[in-house]
Amino acid sequence: MNKPSGLLKRGLSKTIIAAAGANLIAQGDDGSPPHFPTQAIYYANHSSHLDFLMLWAIMPAELQPRVRPIAAADYWGAGIRRSIARGIFNAHLVQRYKDRPYTRADEKTTVRTDSGSSPKQGQLTGMTKILDEGDSLIIFPEGTRGPADQVATFHAGLYRLAKHAPHIPVVPVTLKNLGRVLPKGELIPVPHLSTVVVHHPIYLQDDEPQEIFLNRARSILAEELKTEDAVEGDAT
Amino acid sequence: MIGLFDETVVSLFVSIVGILVVATIVAVLLGLRHQGSQSATLKNLNQRIGAWWIMAIGLAVTLLIGETAVVVLFLVLSFLALREFLTIAPTHRSDHKTLVWLVYIIPLINYWFLWEHWYGAFAVLIPVYAFLFLPIRNALVGDTDNFLQRAALIQWALMVCVYAISHVPAIMQLPVMMDLGRQEAEGAPLGSGGAEGALLMLFLVVVVQLSDVFQYVWGKTLGKHPVAPKVSPNKTWEGLIGGVLTATAIGAGLWWITPFTWWQAALLALVSCLMGFFGGLVMSSIKRDRGVKDFGATIAGHGGIMDRLDSLSFAAPVFFHLVRFFFTI
Repeated sequence: MNKPSGLLKRGLSKTIIAAAGANLIAQGDDGSPPHFPTQAIYYANHSSHLDFLMLWAIMPAELQPRVRPIAAADYWGAGIRRSIARGIFNAHLVQRYKDRPYTRADEKTTVRTDSGSSPKQGQLTGMTKILDEGDSLIIFPEGTRGPADQVATFHAGLYRLAKHAPHIPVVPVTLKNLGRVLPKGELIPVPHLSTVVVHHPIYLQDDEPQEIFLNRARSILAEELKTEDAVEGDAT
Repeated sequence: MIGLFDETVVSLFVSIVGILVVATIVAVLLGLRHQGSQSATLKNLNQRIGAWWIMAIGLAVTLLIGETAVVVLFLVLSFLALREFLTIAPTHRSDHKTLVWLVYIIPLINYWFLWEHWYGAFAVLIPVYAFLFLPIRNALVGDTDNFLQRAALIQWALMVCVYAISHVPAIMQLPVMMDLGRQEAEGAPLGSGGAEGALLMLFLVVVVQLSDVFQYVWGKTLGKHPVAPKVSPNKTWEGLIGGVLTATAIGAGLWWITPFTWWQAALLALVSCLMGFFGGLVMSSIKRDRGVKDFGATIAGHGGIMDRLDSLSFAAPVFFHLVRFFFTI
């Protein structure tokens, strides 16, 4: 595939960040710029189609070619979206539902569980292969987009990836306000200033049960969304 | 004459550059004296002066290009101000479709009317049509939770960020109303306000911004008694009186760039500075309520666009209408 040059991509990153008014901050009191490990599993809360663009855009340019966002094949898998996702962002497309196309009804009826039910084993082999090749992953463990100020329970994929490669840092990223820029079901983005918090990496501990790890991972994002309540949130 | 520049505009900008050069030298000398220990205040001062350079040069360049550039500049400022306002304001998810109108469509029409010099339409678009239309759009969505609060919030964002701010470039047309009369000025050609219009706008901008600067300076040096301690401990009586009087005196001294006598210029400057102070106070109340220090970080050292334009947005409509009422025919 004919891929745009590095310069073009850097321009695109800058445009995405400026348009979303993104304020990139690192977790911790030292105020140092965020740290991006060479190889990592990045995960974030999911409330907007912009999330994956934003996560890609904040990556240092030299890491971008080796970061693979995981995107749903039912949304990004056809036509122009496919060319954008694959050609520019080097996304890895996965099937959310194995044997049939994903429909709008699924978004409403999806039951989110803490453990086990999804993802399908087939989805994971693609991702573990990417990790084995030395590339990084961007995943949204909630599985689908939700309200801007909430984090749904995580699917098990994050745990299985961490178990597959426990030495690879797992980097939590909190995206604030992107869900207000382009909420689920809306077509036209409305400008808000957003904040991207890159937290300290976490690792799967030896013998750490799936539920404990997933809750630990999730609560980092949930706590961060709760802070600075003033910037977030719906009418009270 | 290039763009909206004439000799008077040039000399005004030369004075502004002179003040900024002095401010820069003072900041550099302060930095040398305290070398090594760069205090937070000093760093903030340097950032502020740097931002003032950019703002002064930006305004000069748009005035050199012409009226269209000035109108576009303020359209962009309104857009950025709305973005900051919506970020800290508690909008609801079901407001999204209304916000699309608020952000993309109404400001464009407002500034288009302004650009066409169609004052009658400009004056009523937002307070009549937009204020009735936006709640209608919200009601059609069907979410009635906190409906009144949400409708009021959206209208107020539009009032402050678009309607009030657009009265700054609207000032450029006042000299045409003074010369030809209000009726004849409708639909006057682009740039008809000329350098006189530019100077009248610069008079307000310079006086109100200097009022902010001197309130900060007097407040930092002498400030003891806060005006509204619950809103902002930094706004003191000493800063308010010192700053407003200093800026009013400067306004009186700038009578030669306006069509006014010195005491008329002084009175208009006084009212504008007081309105500017109250604008800052109201915006501080919003920020305090929402638990944020600034509206954003767009302008280094100053905060967001709204932190810099808060005083101007309250002063401009009042200045505009006082001049229009008392001086145009």
